[in-house]
Parts: sequence; C-alpha cells; structure tokens
Amino acid sequence: MKILVAIKRVADPENLNKIKVTAQGKIDAAGLEPKPSPYDEYALEAALRLTENGANTKQRLGEVVVVTFGPKEAEQTLRAMLGTGADRAIRVDATDDALDGDLVARGLKTIADKEKPDLVLLGYQQAEDESNEVGQMLAEYLGWPQATFAGSIESEDDKALVVDREVDGATAQVRVKLPAVVTVLDKIVYPKGVRSKHTAPTHTYPDGVRFAALMAIMAAKKKQLAEMKLVDLVPDAAPKVRYGSVELPPKRAAGVKVKDVKELVTRLKTEAKVV
Amino acid sequence: MAGTLVVAELFEGKIRKPTFSAITFAKQVGSPFAILAIGAGAGASAKDLVGFGAQKVIAVEDAALQHYVCEAFAPTVAKVARGAGYDTVVVTASAFGKDLAPRVAAKLAAGYAPDIDRVKVDGAKRMYRRPTYAGNALGWIEIATPIHVVSVRQTEFPPAEPTGGASSVESATRAPDEPAASRVEFMKLDATKSERPDLSEARVVVSGGRSLKEQFNQVLEPLADALGAAMGASRAACDAGYAAPELQVGQTGRTVAPQLYFAVGISGAIQHIAGMKGSKVIVAINKDPDAPIFQIADYGLVQDLFVAVPQLVTELKAQA
Repeated sequence: MKILVAIKRVADPENLNKIKVTAQGKIDAAGLEPKPSPYDEYALEAALRLTENGANTKQRLGEVVVVTFGPKEAEQTLRAMLGTGADRAIRVDATDDALDGDLVARGLKTIADKEKPDLVLLGYQQAEDESNEVGQMLAEYLGWPQATFAGSIESEDDKALVVDREVDGATAQVRVKLPAVVTVLDKIVYPKGVRSKHTAPTHTYPDGVRFAALMAIMAAKKKQLAEMKLVDLVPDAAPKVRYGSVELPPKRAAGVKVKDVKELVTRLKTEAKVV
Repeated sequence: MAGTLVVAELFEGKIRKPTFSAITFAKQVGSPFAILAIGAGAGASAKDLVGFGAQKVIAVEDAALQHYVCEAFAPTVAKVARGAGYDTVVVTASAFGKDLAPRVAAKLAAGYAPDIDRVKVDGAKRMYRRPTYAGNALGWIEIATPIHVVSVRQTEFPPAEPTGGASSVESATRAPDEPAASRVEFMKLDATKSERPDLSEARVVVSGGRSLKEQFNQVLEPLADALGAAMGASRAACDAGYAAPELQVGQTGRTVAPQLYFAVGISGAIQHIAGMKGSKVIVAINKDPDAPIFQIADYGLVQDLFVAVPQLVTELKAQA
C-alpha cells in the first residue's frame, strides 16, 4: 500500500500556555521548540504499521511519503520522519500566513493526483489551529471517502479499511474502499490500533510512536526530499479564511485554597451556590 | 445576505441538544434562518423544531440516509444550501459537525470557520472568534468567500429556547448519489449506555486523573452519584486504561463547560485544561500543592484524594 502522510510542524504542544501575542495581534511562539503536531506523528506511526510486518519493522511493504507545507526549517521535521521510517518526503514551500486549511487541502489534492496513493493519513487536527478540516476537504476535492476520528484501523487486504470512529461517546464503525482519507486520534498508536494481514494478529506493538535510531537518521540523509512551490500546485493560491487578529483569553481569577472538605462544601453551597 | 441554514444534529432519530446552540448562533447573526433536519427521524424531528423562529424547517428523510455518513449527507446539505441561496451554513462543533462541515464547505467553495465561540456582526462584515493553541489564544477570523460555513462550540452558545410561533415544515429530496458515497459503508454504532448525564450536557462533571489507578470508578462514582454528575477523566487516566476512553476531557477528548467541575487527582496538563477551562466553578483536589490545576481552580483542596473524596461524599450528604 502506498500512503501519503500530511505533517504540520507546530510550536511545542506541551508548552502552548507560554505563547504570547504581539502588539500587532499576531502569535509569538518564540522560545517554543518546533515539533511535529502529535496527531500527525500518530498518522505516520499508523502508516508505518500498515506497510510492514510488525515482527520486522525494517522492511517496508509499501511506500510512505510524508508531506508538509512550511518554510525551509520544516525540512528538519521531515528528515526526522525519514529517519523514523518514511521513504520519501515533500516540502511545499509556504508560510502559515499564506495558508488556510482549504489551501493545504487543495495542494494535497494536486500531490495526490500525481502520487496516486491508496490512502492519505493525517492527524485529526493540528495542535496550533485545531481546525480539524484538511482531511475532510481533501476527501471532497479528491472525491474519495473519508473516515475521521479514527481510533483503530483494520486493513482488509489493502483494498479496504474498517475504521472505528470515536464520535462523542460512541463508536461508529465504517468500511471505506481505498483510495480514502483517514484522520487519526491518539488511540491509533495503542498496541492494537492498527491491524493488517502483514502482521500476525498476535503481534502487539509498544504503546505510542517509534523513535528513529541514530543509524536510521544517518541513512535517512540519502532519502529523497523534494521541494515544491505552492503556486505550482494551486495556481489560484488565495486563502478563503484569514486571521484578523489574535488575543489572549482572559485569565481566570486566582481562587482560594480551602483547609478541609467541610469548608469546601460550605463554600460551594453558600458562596458559589452550585450544589 | 440571504439567510442562514442551521443543520440539526440527529442521533438515533432524536434531536441532539447542541442543535439549539447552532440556532442561537443563527439568531445572533440576525438574518432569517431555516433549519434542516436530515436523516432517520427527520420528519418527526422537524415538528419539534417549528417553535424556534425559523422561517421554515426542511426535512430530508430517505432510506439512503438511514445512518450518518458524511459522503451521503454532505451533498444533500450543499444542495439545500445552494438551492435557496443561503449565505451561511451552521452546524455544532460536535463530532458530527466537525466531520460534516469541512466537506460541505469544500463543496460550496466556501470558507470555513471551525469551532467558534463568538460571532461579531458589523454591517456586512462578520468576524468569528475561535480558541486555538489549546485554548491559549483566541483568533478572530474573516472569510473571503460569499458563502460561510461555521461550526459553533456548544458550550459558548446557550441553547435556544422555544419562542412560540410555528415555522412551516417542508420536505426536500436528497442529492443524487456521489461516487464517494458508494465507497463507504456504515457498519455499526456502539453507543455507550449510561445512567449518568452526557458529559457535554451535564451541570456537574467529576473528573479523575491517573493517580486513581484501578480505584477510579470505586472512588469517583459515589461522588458523581451524590452530585448527579457526569464522569470525566484526564488523558493519562484513559491511556492507562483506568477510565473508559469516551470519558476523556481535553483537547483530544470532549470540551465541557459545566456549572461545576471537579478535577480529582488531575495535575492540569494544558491539553486537559483546554477542555474544561470554560467551566463556571472549578474545584481541584490534589495532594501536590504545586499542581498547575490550582492556578485555574476557584477552590483548591490540598489533600490525598483517597481521603478527601469519601469525606466529601459524606459532607455533601450531611449538608444536604
């Protein structure tokens, strides 16, 4: 199976409470380490699991191509992913200011038309914008089925996928014929999150994503990393949506520490009046 | 501006409460609006939607729309929107709305404002505000296309109340099949049956962290029972298998904003806080006085939760 994985490089998701807003109303993430958006990392892990025998993760039984839209520095993230096991990488040169989710989807559509993957995998949303839109829009532009909020994927002979979608306290199971677009939740990297005929049903993956060995990172330097221009992919590269300004949310006023349970209940009753 | 189309969310044939938040959005925008009920039970549900001030309620019920799949629903939503020239299509930012809206937007060549918490209307100009960066920034967005697609955060738009009057009800037909729809098959829906209120609709939520370990339910259930609360959990508690995955509150899980939120043994990772900081009153119980959760809690109790929670249950009964 050939899989395209879309990746976004974001400010350290564990430290987003440290972002600042400039006087011009723009986000200032200076000092936060750039990292791949976690759900996109999970998408890559799912792609690797679908294209290997879990007992021999060195040999790929298919091709995994990672794509990002970003500046030159984003190549670092792609290189790391090549080290983790992806076969090829594509960087579409663009800055966040010039993009919206729709434009990323239209760019990916052009790439998918050319690459003809069986599957496009993405995180269900990226950690900065949290827009949760690119996969669905891409599916529409390609005319493919979509399965969002995927908590688990089972491949049927690499021709169709049975996907458990986690939807507001329920699980909706769908079967999509490939090619398709799937967006994943963190559960996809649980030990049995991905199943395929290539890996024995008894095989259990470690919980989480794999990390690149030093040797693999060195070897990845030889892997192909192509650069493309946004305007070559989408001639009319105008975003439909623009951020006017950004503000910080109001801080919650500091609360009080209560000395015991009795005081807590009394305050909840008489002061907050919520019980 | 030719008006707003509210897409109602139906689940097992019944209207889901977030629908009424989408109606509130339509009222705030101020243009005339219509409500579209689509899927199994749409005809009956349409009758329950006539008292909210809509110009009309449109029902699309069809054997092909028995179960929700985006590839079958999106063309019909787009067809209804295009047919009457609505300039805005709104859904709630639930899993249903988040799955559906971007596909509808792509169909209508519309800009999409996802998961908004405010709308500001200034003449013909409209701005939408949305929480980003795990709730650490609020971005105002503008849409450049004639048609806008919007999903609204239910916790930030109070549910619309019936205003009397009776909208007309009409039925419409679904859009023709598209190839993508023939390549997706609905298999089954496993809905968690619970006696407790739904997490996103509960007045009180009791959430626990990983430190509860195997005693998660044993410790928290009596407290949830005493308060008539829904149960929630941190991602760590869910990942470790101590709490059911559907209980997860946070950036990855559900966003909640109850009147009262108990964070029990939850340290307050930013991804958790992103999902609950809209709560009116937050209570944190944690034995670590430096836990970040205390920075946003209205009431903090520094105590071992295994001691505090049973005491709390007793005290709630004593002071009842």
